[in-house]
Amino acid sequence: MSHKERIAQRAAEELSPSSIINLGIGIPTLVANYLDKEQYIMHTENGMLGVTSVEEENIDPLIVNAGKQPVGEAVGASYFDSAASFAMIRGSHVDVAILGALQVDSEGLVANWAIPGKNIIGVGGAMDLLVGAKKIIITTNHVAKDGSAKLVQECEYPITSRRRADVIITDLAVFHWRDEGYELTEVMEGSNIEEIKAKTKLSYRVHPSAMQKEG
Amino acid sequence: MVQMTNTSAIHDHVKSGDTLMVGGFGLVGSPLTLIEALTKHDVEDLTIISNNVGETGKGLGKLLQQGKIKKAIGSYFTSNREVADWYNQGKLELDLLPQGTLSEAIRSGGAGIGGFYTKTAVGTDLADGKETKVIDGETYVLERSLKADVALIRAEKADTKGNLVYYKTARNFNPNMATAASYVIAEVDEIVEEGTLSPELIATPHLYVDAVVQSRYVLTKEGVVER
Repeated sequence: MSHKERIAQRAAEELSPSSIINLGIGIPTLVANYLDKEQYIMHTENGMLGVTSVEEENIDPLIVNAGKQPVGEAVGASYFDSAASFAMIRGSHVDVAILGALQVDSEGLVANWAIPGKNIIGVGGAMDLLVGAKKIIITTNHVAKDGSAKLVQECEYPITSRRRADVIITDLAVFHWRDEGYELTEVMEGSNIEEIKAKTKLSYRVHPSAMQKEG
Repeated sequence: MVQMTNTSAIHDHVKSGDTLMVGGFGLVGSPLTLIEALTKHDVEDLTIISNNVGETGKGLGKLLQQGKIKKAIGSYFTSNREVADWYNQGKLELDLLPQGTLSEAIRSGGAGIGGFYTKTAVGTDLADGKETKVIDGETYVLERSLKADVALIRAEKADTKGNLVYYKTARNFNPNMATAASYVIAEVDEIVEEGTLSPELIATPHLYVDAVVQSRYVLTKEGVVER
């Protein structure tokens, strides 16, 4: 199992049956592979509730998700226009949004739409999802490709919202926001407290259960 | 009274300097036949309100290459790499909005609302310079509604009265845009007699629609094909 698959599998464990879930592009998309399709309801912001996977031979080019990938229609699915779709999101009718991130900081703020110095020309639904979904789960590699920390003291990249992320799941660790700060609740298989400490710049407390799970 | 016509509607109703709304999420639900006609129409200085500016050299991307677009208002221009080049060379103005703000600005524009307060983008770069207001303890940013001279939309079917029904995720921005422009041209895959569409399924009542055009370009599994 790859790092990304392990992150996705762990994110799936955070979800409750019959939740309305919106999956972002990248690792979040993989989460659907670890969910019972009958029990979880997927929303996509381009206007569909009841998204499921589709076999190659059944692809309809006019049924896509927000990443413009072909998807299938679950039993009981519905379609609606873009304004209605974002009313669902901003109006807190979507239970969970699982999103990727460039950086997350000690305040729980997420940067996931723009890199300084590059052209800032796309935001899509990121800001609406972050502000509107009842629960925000961030799935990301623990460090960037160049080895720099993605979990930082304060975001250097432009933030996506003032709303904080509730859960962060990486290839090394799981953090939950509790009592005004992040708590390391789990060490992912193959990692340890020292490695997490070395690669994490955001402030966090260590929950006793995280110590026990290690090794 | 709706007019059953062809792409001459583009030549008759789109002028230089106009603001156009163009439906679609990428190429899905995009009025490909009307956009193709627009690329053959001699206009300039257009303001385009659309989620994307097509893809490189495709759809609205072709219009960009022709230098006909002065300004684009949308949420995700990243789907066409050339948009950044035109923007950096000072040849294209951009107004980037969160997708929910874009769709709501179009919806409210068509509903006679001048603007609205949303919590999306509060405290971010996209709210810079915009008025904010605290309502019941929560901060909101004021966003202006959007309207256009002409909307180019795509639906699955129209009846001869101009009522429209949509198909799957090809619906997206189209029904909202149908409400927010002075003149609305709908490209459809099939035209049926009035009375044959279920009144319960009509998503865009005919009062919004000015002209209906039979589609020539359709999106298939193999890409865009002429039929």
